[in-house]
Amino acid sequence: MKRNIQTILSLVTALFGLLALDAAAQSPKGKYATFALTHATIQTVTKGVIQDGTVVLSGGKITAVGTNVTVPAGAEVIDCKGSWIYPGLIDSGTLLGLREIGSDARTQDFNEVGDVIPQMKALTAVNPNSVLIPVTRVSGVTTVIAAPEGDLIPGTAALINLYGYTPEQMFAGFEGVVVNFPNTGRKGFYDRRTDEEIKKAAEKSLSRINSVWEMAVQYHKLDSATKSKGLSYYPEMEALLPVVRGERTLMIEANASKDIQAALKWVKEHQVKKVILTGVAEGWRVADEIAAANIPVIAGPVQEIPSRDYDRYDKAYANPGLLKKAGVKVALRTSQAENVRNLPYHAAFAAAYGLGKEEALRSVTIVPAEIFGVADKLGSIEVGKNATLLVSDGDPFETKTNIKQVYIDGWQVPMVTRQTLLYDEFLKRDPGVTKN
Amino acid sequence: MKKILYSVALLAVATLGYAQVERGNLLIKNGTVLTVTKGTFENTDVLVKDGKISQIGKNIAAPAGVKVIDASGQFVMPGIIDAHSHAGLDAINEATAPVTAEVFTGDGLNPFQVGLYRALGGGVTTIHAMHGSANAIGGQCETIKLRYGVKNADDLRMEGAPRTIKFALGENPTRVHGGGNGIVPRTRMGVEFVIRESFSKAREYRAAWDKYNKAKTQKGFRGAPPEYNLRLETLADILKGDIIIHCHSYRADEISMLLNVCKDFGVKRLVFQHVNEGFKVAPELAKFGAMASVFADWWAYKFEVYYSTAYNAAILTRNGVVTSINSDDGELMRHLYHEAAKTQKYGALTDDEALALITLNPAKQLGIDARVGSLEVGKEADIAIFNAHPLSSYTIPTFTVVDGVVRFDRAKDPDDMRIYVDPTQAVDMATFRDREQGDHCLDGAEENLVNIFGLN
Repeated sequence: MKRNIQTILSLVTALFGLLALDAAAQSPKGKYATFALTHATIQTVTKGVIQDGTVVLSGGKITAVGTNVTVPAGAEVIDCKGSWIYPGLIDSGTLLGLREIGSDARTQDFNEVGDVIPQMKALTAVNPNSVLIPVTRVSGVTTVIAAPEGDLIPGTAALINLYGYTPEQMFAGFEGVVVNFPNTGRKGFYDRRTDEEIKKAAEKSLSRINSVWEMAVQYHKLDSATKSKGLSYYPEMEALLPVVRGERTLMIEANASKDIQAALKWVKEHQVKKVILTGVAEGWRVADEIAAANIPVIAGPVQEIPSRDYDRYDKAYANPGLLKKAGVKVALRTSQAENVRNLPYHAAFAAAYGLGKEEALRSVTIVPAEIFGVADKLGSIEVGKNATLLVSDGDPFETKTNIKQVYIDGWQVPMVTRQTLLYDEFLKRDPGVTKN
Repeated sequence: MKKILYSVALLAVATLGYAQVERGNLLIKNGTVLTVTKGTFENTDVLVKDGKISQIGKNIAAPAGVKVIDASGQFVMPGIIDAHSHAGLDAINEATAPVTAEVFTGDGLNPFQVGLYRALGGGVTTIHAMHGSANAIGGQCETIKLRYGVKNADDLRMEGAPRTIKFALGENPTRVHGGGNGIVPRTRMGVEFVIRESFSKAREYRAAWDKYNKAKTQKGFRGAPPEYNLRLETLADILKGDIIIHCHSYRADEISMLLNVCKDFGVKRLVFQHVNEGFKVAPELAKFGAMASVFADWWAYKFEVYYSTAYNAAILTRNGVVTSINSDDGELMRHLYHEAAKTQKYGALTDDEALALITLNPAKQLGIDARVGSLEVGKEADIAIFNAHPLSSYTIPTFTVVDGVVRFDRAKDPDDMRIYVDPTQAVDMATFRDREQGDHCLDGAEENLVNIFGLN
């Protein structure tokens, strides 16, 4: 009998050993099921904070939120006592999926040849298997704008969710044409152009954009008159057509205050219907004018040095708060690829330097969802919205807070990345200094 | 003769003038005092006399005429030390040869850079103003205190701080010299060779001088001294242990290489900079006694940092490596307290361990830990005050004190803190940094990157 027990014990041990090995050998997979997250503090963003509440996720949607929720039969119940639930965080401007390694051109797909190429689609080039994506999403950032960069009109940006095996699975329902509005600022300390040269280059770019827009308007008239028949292939104009018609958003990058003013004037003159201003590093200088134009902005990066030597040292931190105070609708961005995971901290800095915690949270959740026209799916914890959220052990903007679970479109995302795997392997390296 | 004496006296006074930096007296009242080395004390005062901490305790009476800062509800910590910066420098890379040990960043100090003030706005008091990473053996570096407001470059120097020198391994020196100029090193093999060759020649040079110096004491000696060579002189000082090596490095293999080279030449004072793969050879670093100065989470800006982890600082710390977190960047530099806090998310370091990463540990790496890096009686009064715990992402630095002098006062300082206004610059000219920039160590090393703050 004793021997039998020993045998059973050793078998059980062996079995557990095998299971452990098996788990380590496999790449972790996402899990799709009906989940009931119970006893959590729920930050809904739009409908206040719910204590000791439950969120039910089913069929990729949030199907119940509240304190008096019946857990559906067969649901996987996860006790979230002591934890917080927040909607997934949205970074409104990144290179995620488009840039893998900063210095290696072969891994960069955000900068195509051509000065006006709105037909170049970021969504096409998003690499769902980028190592950077898991590193980002385990921080609670679930949704980002992947935007092309380059010349005047470098392409069309896309809103993507950070879980999926194809760009189509990741697509989150918004695309916008990017315009780099003629820039009268310097690109860095190495930019040795004279003030006059910078001014001339900007004037030349503006006349180029004006003529492109004029052509797009003509193209729209022709297209309407011919009912889209008989026009020869013209990809640039086809890509601008929905913008001229007000069906697609123009994302206009402008940072220096006079460039922002010029952009506002340009938008008004050309009666562009759907516009977002992006960057707006000096937005605080002309915040009232942006507010009067009723155009939302995507500000950032927040953790940045001021654009002029004589500006107050904390202006980049204070910019979102100053814009908001003037009545501008503000979303935030990091403008990064590998460290989009720091979005919560850009939001925290904005909060501390004037935006306030509540508005900072809105600027990375419901506000971008509204700006991108996807507030029916993202940006808050509400029934009917996509099951895209994070579970944390505290305020996700606070540095030491850990994100415990992440759900994207109802998928429970593995909390494993190459960076956590390296930690597991090397914290206590074996062999150490001596091998044998 | 009288005239000459007068001139000499005048010169002496002038010399004395710029060698003597301002040292203040100050009482910081009722703060939560984070000493880093001796615990944390609530409702505690810090008294500063003549630029040094003279007392830490409760209810210290303000000596007559001494400025008092009410730190009630605030947090008082040692001034932050950045072991890797290029701020305050007008030149970063002497990228004209794989070995340029003879040059010194201290020859290009610029006290007018407003970036120095902005760093004070992040609680930083001391920085290691480093040569860049274009060369396998770069220039010597200067440790400076952020006494922003002084107009003489010499007043920035931290008098008596040990000499340091920049080394660089991997992609940067091989790209600049092998790739750009077609000379060794083009590979990591070449980098090792360049360093071994330099040390070997320095050893010969020192031997020749030792022989000469010994011989010349002999009566009737007739002979010429060896040719003086500042490059070899500097390298020989490294072998002697007079200069701390701060080596730009990323990959585990190149880190192991330099450990081996240093073992062979008896070099012991070694700090690795960036060292993104330091975690892979943490036991070897600990055994050697080499230290590591890392980013909290920067990675993927080039191939040699693709296999990084934000847990690097925690793994190194847990393996017994003296670790710091540095910036190498004008923005990162002013939120190092936040970068340090990331080690609590990535590796659960304690408050004191996290704070040591930006205070005591970088002080050790620069050889100045007896003077700064913690709040202790007798240490220099370099102090940062925050309105909330410095490891909170919502905290705001309110005062920064260097040698007892308040150099940053958030409430009182005007917006425009320039000392020097460039008369040729257009008033509305703004600068927006290129987002594709990686790290900053190749500044001035490549034709189209002259003087950029970019590329690590």
